[in-house]
Amino acid sequence: MRFRRPGAAPAADDVADPARGIELRGVGHRYGQRVVLDGVDLTLTEARVGVVGANGSGKSTLARLLNGLVVPTEGRVLVDGLDTRTQVRAVRRRVGFVFQDPDAQIVHPTVAEDVAYGLENQGVPPDERAARVAEVLARYGLAGHADHPAHLLSGGQKQLLAIAGVLVMRPARVVFDEPTTLLDLVNARRVAELIAGLEQQVVVVTHQLDLLDGFDRVLVVDGGRVVEDAAPGPAVAAYRALMAVR
Amino acid sequence: MTLALYVPGTGVVHRLPAAAKLLALAVLAVALFALPSLAAAGAALAGVVAVGLLLARLPVAVLTRQARAVVWWLVALLAVHALTTDLRTGAHVALRLLTLVLAAAVVTATTRVSEMVRVVEAVCAPLRLVGVRPARVGLAVAMALRFIPVLVERADRIRAAQAARGGSPRGVRALRTTVAPLLVQVLQMAHDVSEALDARGADDDPSPRRRAQEAP
Ligand SMILES: Nc1ncnc2c1ncn2[C@@H]1O[C@H](COP(=O)(O)OP(=O)(O)OP(=O)(O)O)[C@@H](O)[C@H]1O
Ligand SMILES: [Mg+2]
Repeated sequence: MRFRRPGAAPAADDVADPARGIELRGVGHRYGQRVVLDGVDLTLTEARVGVVGANGSGKSTLARLLNGLVVPTEGRVLVDGLDTRTQVRAVRRRVGFVFQDPDAQIVHPTVAEDVAYGLENQGVPPDERAARVAEVLARYGLAGHADHPAHLLSGGQKQLLAIAGVLVMRPARVVFDEPTTLLDLVNARRVAELIAGLEQQVVVVTHQLDLLDGFDRVLVVDGGRVVEDAAPGPAVAAYRALMAVR
Repeated sequence: MTLALYVPGTGVVHRLPAAAKLLALAVLAVALFALPSLAAAGAALAGVVAVGLLLARLPVAVLTRQARAVVWWLVALLAVHALTTDLRTGAHVALRLLTLVLAAAVVTATTRVSEMVRVVEAVCAPLRLVGVRPARVGLAVAMALRFIPVLVERADRIRAAQAARGGSPRGVRALRTTVAPLLVQVLQMAHDVSEALDARGADDDPSPRRRAQEAP
């Protein structure tokens, strides 16, 4: 066969097992000499997982491990059984990633074109692409802005656009790294509601603790280790206690 | 920051293929220089304005904005020619430039960047032979357009932050004090953007050539 079916999953998917979730096995990471993560063993299967911790504790590094943006210097990260080291493309199709700064995530000049970008990468045919883009824009309140220049959107709309650009690719899991940090209260609430309504598995790194209401599991990261792993109530309490003695 | 960008519409000019519009633009440019008459340039200008306003139904502001952006160039051209040759030549040269600028504005305002990018990709297709990936060239063009306003905004923010602390450098000093921090921000942003591109599957180039290579 000369062409792979457009949008078809790579062969690696044949061995993927969605029930396994995201597994970190003996994971450590260092930048040069600096150890940023150490001895992390986790299996994430819950629908809603939060990650909190002090600045520089290693949360973003942990988040980036989950879709292979960072490959661990020690141990292995598996998504549905696929190793981020060897099957990074298959992993990235399964794990979407939303960053803090929407300006750095929007790469096309206008709204609809930007949402279509990931679909073009997946080789989705133009007709289906247009339909999926329109559907996602409508769902996230951007339908009236399809042809608007992205730089004229408000900060909140930009973040919604960045999220739409990820969700249109229909990943099974989505990682958010501080998605509401740059937003005002109203927009932060909109993004929080959007996240709450997702059917995907969601991992959220945040400093805004109310974002974690209703989550299944919250990890507290400190000095590159997971020091607490519990329901939001006890985990947030442990995090507050930890910060109080700093 | 105002970049001439797409103005949604459904008229005949909007529906014309991007390649045709770009070709027309090129033909117009050549014709303007090949027919060195003031009357021809004047007619071309009238034609471009008519196409933009009547046929494409663009807001007048789209054209006046572009005209205003080059007005000092036009004045300078006129002045230089008035001094060195004659006013008539100056008027001709200025008219030609204005016509091309407005024609380009009509094309950009009626053509989505993605369509333009596809033309760029098609034109670059032969470069595949020497290892260039046309999709990458297209992406670069789109990203350049996307990030110009972002960079202008960041530069403004740096200047505002400096002004807030009493700094109001001018001239070369201003250039230095703005450019250095801007460069730092741009490099950081370039890193962030490359991560975002990766996360959205930039590596999954669906070009037939790449797929053919990968197929078992
Ligand atoms: N690319 C890199 N090169 C070198 N060091 C890095 C790099 N990225 C992060 N670090 C360092 O690793 C440590 C952990 O960074 P990380 O971004 O994971 O922290 P974080 O918990 O997300 O912090 P924040 O709350 O400020 O976002 C920090 O000390 C940081 O300086
Ligand atoms: Mg971080």
